[in-house]
Amino acid sequence: MDTLQFVWFLIVGALLIGYFVLDGFDFGVGMALPFVGRDDVDRRVIINTIGPVWDLNETWLIVAGACLFASFPEWYATMFSGFYLALLLILLALILRGVSFEYRHQGTHERWTAWFDTFIVFGSALPALLWGVAFGNLIQGIPMAQPETGGWAYTGNFFDLLTVYPLLAGMTTLALFFSYGLTYLALKSTGDVRERSRALGIKIGLVTLVLAAAFIVWTVLANMGAQALWLVLVFGALAAVSLILSLLSTVRGRDGFAFVWHLVTVIAAVGFIYFTLFPNLIVNSTVGGENLTIFNGSSSEATLTLMTWVAVFMIPLVLAYQAWTFWVFRKRVGREHIPGHAVSLSRTKAA
Amino acid sequence: MNDVFDTLLLARWQFGLTTLYHFLFVPLTIGMGLLVAILQTAWVRTGKLQYLKLTKLFGKIFLINFAMGVVTGIVQEFQFGMNWSNYSRFVGDIFGAPLAMEGLIAFFLEATFVGLWIFGWDRLSPRVHLLTIWLTSLSTILSAYFILAANAWMQNPAGYRINPNTQRAELTDILAVVTNPVALGQFPHTIVAAIMFAATVMIATAAWHFARGQHPAEMRVALRFGLWANLVGFIGTVVSGDLLAKVMTTAQPMKMAAAEAMYNTASGADASFSIFTLGTPDGVSELFSIRIPYLTAWLATGNFNGTVEGINDLQDAYSDMYCGPDAANALLTCPTDNSFVPIIWVTYWAFRWMIGLGALAALVSVIGLWVTRKNRSVAPWMWRVAVWSAPLPMFASLVGWIFTEMGRQPWLVFGLMTTQTGVSPIPGLWVALSLILFTAVYGALAVVEFKLITRAAKAGPPELELTTDGSVDASTLTTVY
Repeated sequence: MDTLQFVWFLIVGALLIGYFVLDGFDFGVGMALPFVGRDDVDRRVIINTIGPVWDLNETWLIVAGACLFASFPEWYATMFSGFYLALLLILLALILRGVSFEYRHQGTHERWTAWFDTFIVFGSALPALLWGVAFGNLIQGIPMAQPETGGWAYTGNFFDLLTVYPLLAGMTTLALFFSYGLTYLALKSTGDVRERSRALGIKIGLVTLVLAAAFIVWTVLANMGAQALWLVLVFGALAAVSLILSLLSTVRGRDGFAFVWHLVTVIAAVGFIYFTLFPNLIVNSTVGGENLTIFNGSSSEATLTLMTWVAVFMIPLVLAYQAWTFWVFRKRVGREHIPGHAVSLSRTKAA
Repeated sequence: MNDVFDTLLLARWQFGLTTLYHFLFVPLTIGMGLLVAILQTAWVRTGKLQYLKLTKLFGKIFLINFAMGVVTGIVQEFQFGMNWSNYSRFVGDIFGAPLAMEGLIAFFLEATFVGLWIFGWDRLSPRVHLLTIWLTSLSTILSAYFILAANAWMQNPAGYRINPNTQRAELTDILAVVTNPVALGQFPHTIVAAIMFAATVMIATAAWHFARGQHPAEMRVALRFGLWANLVGFIGTVVSGDLLAKVMTTAQPMKMAAAEAMYNTASGADASFSIFTLGTPDGVSELFSIRIPYLTAWLATGNFNGTVEGINDLQDAYSDMYCGPDAANALLTCPTDNSFVPIIWVTYWAFRWMIGLGALAALVSVIGLWVTRKNRSVAPWMWRVAVWSAPLPMFASLVGWIFTEMGRQPWLVFGLMTTQTGVSPIPGLWVALSLILFTAVYGALAVVEFKLITRAAKAGPPELELTTDGSVDASTLTTVY
């Protein structure tokens, strides 16, 4: 049973990595919209770099959430009800961002398009920030009561979640996803969009490096007693090194390497946060309170066994067909791919 | 503040509103995916351009819908943890498993291949491209199965045990969960209703263009296809609905009684189906009704002389079983007001509107197929009727779900947990805030969605031409955001 619980800790972690690796660059691409896109054609190029894959990427959140529910229902119940308002903001942001890709070019006025572009920017930035805040809180600990009927219940309010450490975590993920998205954009676009993505990528990359260093040092110093300290250190170091390598690759104009190294940074960041927590899922900051861990927060053996089989068969299959999708859409997107832009910028749809 | 905002009431309203809203998009996605896959198959097999044009037209409507289905689906999943954390703790073991399986097996497939289908016209061979729409369509249907299996567990728990130490439900038999008779009944019922919804949207689109004399060649195909699909779908809903009613009578007799507003146990001629009933304000007895004898007995049991238990008898039995001294866990199973009766006017009327609206949609098909036979000309007013028939199956589906879920009350999980015990221990203010925000955002998006879909439908099929070798320049088919 302990092994199964650990296996599921890893599987949920893998799904979270899948989500942040994929939707992470969507966030960055969304945030880059006003900075890298100078006109509507540029902005359409930017959106079309993630056009065929953004909903696939977002699916990882749904699957990670469902697997978290099935494997650690106590974690799911306590975290989702406790982080209520933060999750509400994330949900609204994801909804508005998602529909904006489709809606922005359906209107007849520039004002219409501008509104939906704003939704895309904030709909990308807000989740990028709040996911970091949420994970920062899991590590730092939140006040929880343990009712007699069992389980845990968050006893603080929304603003209790916005203390310095979680906010630093949030700023770090915000910058991290922004620079990650810029490396993706540089890899997937041509011309000016590509050049501007690179230039901005270096600036944001440096900001990320500073924030990440602060976050890593603070986290390690505050969690010297972590059970898997050596893994924490390994992932922390890996995150820092890969981020530097990504930056160097950008400087040298190697888009592919820059993206892949940044992808490694995102994986390492999740690993770093995850093993700082281990074996806790939520640290209880209430005096005398018990932490919610992978051992006291999981489903029964039968469910975990069943779900292990499903995951072992399905995840490789999913990875295979999704990799094929990325292969099909591997080409860079340029202004020449945007139909009718020479004729009219504001209205390209045949009515 | 917590006295002002009732967490339970608000959480229930939020679940009802967001779920019904989500279900505006889901059936159209399921139904349209299948119809579009069939149209594209016809194009690949015959090479007739009209099928390709229709594939593109209805594919666009499918796409507009799909994105909304995805983003509102995230809310559905998160909501269990946010608003119903006690429920999530109690059932995560069992309820979470089908949700996770849905994600891993079906939803990933759906979201990946829909992207390949939309953006892959010029990058995949016609056959591989055709395969992507079929995989998308089949995975939407598979998705529905897992979600309905999860829902069926709430209606009729199976394959579980209650852990005496934690009082949580635990999985013992996944096969019993996925072959739950309620799921086996709900699944075909939901799918064929979804086909009806997509079919009437197709009928309405074709009728709108016919009324204006546009695209007659393509629209005739769409019209006849839609009319037939709608009719076949209706026959499917009748057959599966009949099956489902009998399962329901066994699993949730109170729901059956509430569907009929049947206060007293009756059999044979007395177990009649009322077309209209007025009850006393306290909902304990009826004042006036119009009835068809034997029909309820037959619907519920498959036997004209069958016995159907009444609300009052069931209330007494449940009160003993779930609130009495022998109740295994009265804390979870006994409602504070000791009432096991759903809101009768809701279940009674929702049941009738579901059947009535569905039948009306089928009538449109029967008349439509008759008047459009052999290319006959049709009176203009008939086109208008056909256009307005589009929402009939949609409303039938919505009231069908209102019936299913309201008829389950006061249970969250039948016989195991009442709705009032499943809610999160959170301030009502939070739920009020999210209810207001979701309602505002969903309302605004509904307006935009409706405009986009009607605009896409009115725009008609794209201008496409065959090249000399009988194919179509794929670059003219690509979609770009």
